[in-house]
Amino acid sequence: MKMLNVSSSPHTHLRSFFGHPEPNDRTRDIMLDVIIAMIPTSVYGVIQFGLNAFLVLIATVAACVLFEYWFEKVHHKPLTVGDLSAVVTGMILALNMPPQIPLWIPILGAFFAIVVVKQLFGGLGQNFMNPALAARCFLLISCARFMTNYSSPSFGFDSTSSATPMAALKAKQGVDLMSMFIGRVPGTIGEVSKIALLIGAGYLLIRKVISWRIPVVYIATVALFSFIFGSQNLSYVLGEVLGGGLIFGAFFMATDYVTTPITPAGQIIFAVFIGLLTGLFRIFGTGAEGVSYAIILGNMISPLIEKSTIPVAFGRTKKKKEAAAK
Amino acid sequence: MGLSTFKGGIHPYEGKELSMDQPVTELMEPAGDLVYPVSQHIGAPAKPVVAPGDHVLVGQRIAEAGGFISAHVNSSVSGTVKALEKRLMVNGSRVLSIIVENDGRYDAVPGMGEHRDPSSLSKQEIRDIVKDAGIVGMGGAGFPTNVKLTPKDENAIDYCIVNGSECEPYLTSDYRMMLERPDEIVGGLKIMLQLFDHAKGVIGIEDNKPQAIKVMQERVKNEPRISVQVLKTKYPQGGERSMIYAITGRKVNSSMLPADAGCIVDNVDTVISIYRAIAEKTPLIERIITVTGDAIKKPCNFRVRTGTAYQELIDAAGGFKEEPEKILSGGPMMGQAIFSLDIPVTKTSSTLTCFIKDEIAREPETPCIRCGRCVSVCPENLVPQMMMDACEQRDVDEFEKLNGMECIECGCCSFICPARRPLTQSFKEMKREVGAKRKKEAAKK
Repeated sequence: MKMLNVSSSPHTHLRSFFGHPEPNDRTRDIMLDVIIAMIPTSVYGVIQFGLNAFLVLIATVAACVLFEYWFEKVHHKPLTVGDLSAVVTGMILALNMPPQIPLWIPILGAFFAIVVVKQLFGGLGQNFMNPALAARCFLLISCARFMTNYSSPSFGFDSTSSATPMAALKAKQGVDLMSMFIGRVPGTIGEVSKIALLIGAGYLLIRKVISWRIPVVYIATVALFSFIFGSQNLSYVLGEVLGGGLIFGAFFMATDYVTTPITPAGQIIFAVFIGLLTGLFRIFGTGAEGVSYAIILGNMISPLIEKSTIPVAFGRTKKKKEAAAK
Repeated sequence: MGLSTFKGGIHPYEGKELSMDQPVTELMEPAGDLVYPVSQHIGAPAKPVVAPGDHVLVGQRIAEAGGFISAHVNSSVSGTVKALEKRLMVNGSRVLSIIVENDGRYDAVPGMGEHRDPSSLSKQEIRDIVKDAGIVGMGGAGFPTNVKLTPKDENAIDYCIVNGSECEPYLTSDYRMMLERPDEIVGGLKIMLQLFDHAKGVIGIEDNKPQAIKVMQERVKNEPRISVQVLKTKYPQGGERSMIYAITGRKVNSSMLPADAGCIVDNVDTVISIYRAIAEKTPLIERIITVTGDAIKKPCNFRVRTGTAYQELIDAAGGFKEEPEKILSGGPMMGQAIFSLDIPVTKTSSTLTCFIKDEIAREPETPCIRCGRCVSVCPENLVPQMMMDACEQRDVDEFEKLNGMECIECGCCSFICPARRPLTQSFKEMKREVGAKRKKEAAKK
């Protein structure tokens, strides 16, 4: 008889049993789900904003993948391009770009995201900030002029008609909620169409890639904050919810596994925290938008939140009592 | 209302269809020598009371309990003691074993098999008989049953639970027993209830076994103290803590015994053994074993004598269809991989699962992406991801702080992990380390 394999239990994995020789629950499959979920909003963005939006998407994704490949090759690390995480980073970064941005900016962002934020901290799973968001914030500071110019052929190039709904809300002007929901407003490539984003978010929820906790609590907190400190007006509050990058951020960026707490209670605290920050930035800050900064700051205190929200083990009572008993 | 269950858990491929419809086949005439390790249970090893050359009878005690938490070992055949030597066991270690050469006559000790009316016995008599019969928890842990039946305060026990959930994939022996021997199960449970005046009997069965539920429900119709509780099919529903929680809503942790929550839990096979020891004067000398897996020609359920070599079971199941790459004593979630078939059936063996392919061997580990799936499936409400970090840094204190010792090693986290990290595997190792550390500290004091 040939030698038998011996290993410690368990001896099986999800969906890798008879008739399912290929496991379809690996990291790569999760990343693929996230990519699929971003396709509706990407398609909408390209259709609405035209050729440059398409080029931004392609260039950013390609740059992310190439930078990752290059870095790992140079440093003789195992090649992880196949896990598709660089594609996800590239897509999120591209969807955060204004439609008429010169291509070199997102490519610079891709370098920052992949090399500086992800690889220099140890690669997949080790970065403490969401790479795409960190890159966006980096670009917002270093190339502010390009990054805040939302003019595009579809809305004309003059400044008034290309004012985003967020700027309008800030100036206490009325907004058209329906066109905000569909996406007929200026904004970044991927954040404008809420309906396309919600289709993708629904897919992620059904596939159990993300849980409802962070997005729902985050959005609810922003809504409540806007109601209390902004204006007690339903269309204003809805405008805050549908405006800017909140929906995109809540479902696609604040749910990033690596940079948010893993504990259920921690996720709720994280969501409330970034919700408060977003409200603060939007209503009391100088800018009109604050989703990216809020999430990045949330990322930074995630380890702290996580440490203080370790769940009570089954059959155990609160830790403090036990410690006191000892 | 949903079915009773617990929080967390997974739904692995069940694989039970291979053997669930195969009635139990008698395999009661072993061809080779019988091997009886002195450690088939948790606790102190038993002490042999026979020497090479001695003649033994079926049911005769050949090793006696070596301490309070220990169990007798009885011969399952008649014949001559050939040797006392170290033999391979399921866990890979070599354990002192009594080797008996079968004379093929199956002469039993006097009185064995005679009927006895359980209701005529006192509580102490019942416990003594259970002890003499060498009965241990046959679900896998092997905890001496007489000790379990002797809690500090027997009036505090209000539940006697028969664990018929059989949540481990591929196992079908308990299922077959519920279909074929419901009277013995109920009989055994009634004996347990005789010990605990304030207890009610509950037979917990997962809802993927509708036939067993029907048979058992029919059988307990006229038993006022006994009921059948249908449980949601989910792994590890049959874990003792999950079982108690699903049925009573009480939570048990690693520092407690089920009795501390007013529960006595025994698995189907154990309850049958209790019945046979009390009502049929037969000690624990046989058990039901499922031989299954895609490498087996004819998967089936056998009634075998303890001490029979695994190889004989494989042969009786028609041998291998294809050379297996991995053989498990137990199911794929918690079973132990074995590298030889020269291992005897013990009191706690339940299944031989043979796989053509070792499905976990070919998948490389990738970095953790902190997806949190391990957290959501953990039935003990732990954070395996953080525990794993503690393991990698060999940080024993941090592991303990994260309640690592509450881990029941069910395997859910490893099963679900998209990065294929060896979570459960590392926790087992770490738990041993913590155990050793605690022992050392206790010794210092």
